[in-house]
Parts: sequence; structure tokens; C-alpha cells
Amino acid sequence: MCHQSVGLIARHAEAAGIPTLCMGSALDILQAVYPPRAAFLDYLLGHTTGKPFEPELQRAILLEALEAFSALTQPGQIKRLPFRWAEDDDWKDGVMNDGDTRTPRQDTPQYQTEADRVLAEQNNPEACEVCAVSA
Amino acid sequence: MQKPPVDYIKRITDNYAALGYKTYQWVHNEDTPPWTPLTKPLSECRLGLIASGGIYVTGQVAFHTKDDFSFRSIPKDVTTSDLRTAHFAYDQTDARRDPNVVFPIDTLRRLEAEGVIGELADHAFTFMGGIYSTRKVREALAPQLTEQLKAERVDVALLVPV
Repeated sequence: MCHQSVGLIARHAEAAGIPTLCMGSALDILQAVYPPRAAFLDYLLGHTTGKPFEPELQRAILLEALEAFSALTQPGQIKRLPFRWAEDDDWKDGVMNDGDTRTPRQDTPQYQTEADRVLAEQNNPEACEVCAVSA
Repeated sequence: MQKPPVDYIKRITDNYAALGYKTYQWVHNEDTPPWTPLTKPLSECRLGLIASGGIYVTGQVAFHTKDDFSFRSIPKDVTTSDLRTAHFAYDQTDARRDPNVVFPIDTLRRLEAEGVIGELADHAFTFMGGIYSTRKVREALAPQLTEQLKAERVDVALLVPV
């Protein structure tokens, strides 16, 4: 769904005169939303711009992706980036095959840590529901 | 063995049908996308970054996960270890260890220093991309982010979903 949202934003920005490039690791969703320019990285979701703590790989991926700005000359083209997640593609078999792995959706801020919450509520008193009630 | 790209729409549809969920209507655009040609090389362009992985900086209010269509503005000189994620639909483990896997801030700062891109815009913009309402994306978030990109005077925009 992230890919869909990003594709819609890219279409809007491009129509407003800003050349865009959407990266992505879900090829079918990219094709469906059909953004102006895209670069497809055939990786496990959650790694759209590389693997953790591999800055040389991250750099190589971004260089290949950015090259799409000059390589793609027609609207709607997708450049396939020359990287593989693993030596074999067995990881693809297990993707989305184990029920609903999403965490339940919540309408309150989902802080990564409790310290983040404390700091954010100090900085943004209006965002703190408990403070708002007691104020 | 090499296998074709994962067919996410089919797998998600089958998966949730089996769980008894209502079918989600994915966007299928048929019309040719809009097009704005680049007028100068990337090495002379000011690049804006937009990422949908729910990235925020410590001190900011985190995203909620029920169609939150707000965005955060992240200064280009942010300390990478101050970056956090709030999302519900992807495994955030690696993004929390190294945000560059979904928010390539160190990578772009390096490409700026190397002269591959002319300049990185002063702010990047982030949101929580798992928004079911395409109306909210089309009518609220997309126009707002486009305005931000214009205010940042970007020549090109790089968009990174998860």
C-alpha cells in the first residue's frame, strides 16, 4: 500500500512540474499505480534502498536507481535494478503466505520507544491526550 | 533458482479473502502517467526525498497507523541515530537498526558530497504509507507534499515506499 500511496504522490508532483522517481520492491503494485518513472529492486519488503549497515551496497543501489532519471525517456517505464536479495529466490515462497502479519492499526501515535513519547509530549503539548485532558 | 517478482496484489487478496476480510480495491491506473522532462544533469539538480516508511525524529509526534495522512519534515543534517519508525505493515527490525534501508539519508548526503547529485534539499518529507483511503492521499497528502517540494525548490524528487 505504501507503493500505491507513493505512486499517487509521484503522479501529482510530476503533473505539477517536478520530475519524480519512485523506487519500489513490489513490482505488481508499482505497475498497477503506474508512476511516471520507477526503479524496481527485487528485495524483501522493508529494504527498498538496501540492506542494513552495508553503505557500499546502499550507495550502489541508489546510483543505479538515480540513473533512471536519464535512462527512462517515456512515461510509465520501470528500470529493473541489477541486485538480488539472496543467491537463491526461495525467500519469495514465504512472502504473504502466513496470514495477516500486520500489527493492529491504532489511532494514537505509535512511538518506537517510551522515551520518544515523553520527549514528543514535552515538545508538543497539544499532541498529548493526557495533558490535554488535565489542562 | 531465479523466481519472478512476488505477486503481492494476488497474494494479499487471497490471504485476506481466506481470513474473511473485505476485498481491497487497489488502484489500477490505465492512463499514461504525467511527465516532466529533466532539464539539466542530476549533478546540477536539487533533490527532494519523500519516504513512506513512517520515519520520524525523536522529539516529533510519531505516526498513528489508522490512515494517518500527516507528514513530518526532517532536516537534511539530522543525526541518523535520532531517526525512528512507526508503521504497521512491514517488519521494521532492519529499518530501526539502520534507517538507510528505507530512508537513504546517509547515502544521499554521501552522493551530494561526491557531486553525483547537485544538492540535497534542506528537508526530507516522511509519512506512514499504509493509507487505505486513496481519497486522502490524492486530495490531501499529495497536494501538500507537492507544495513542500516546491517550497524546497527541488528540481527532482526521489520517492521511497516500503
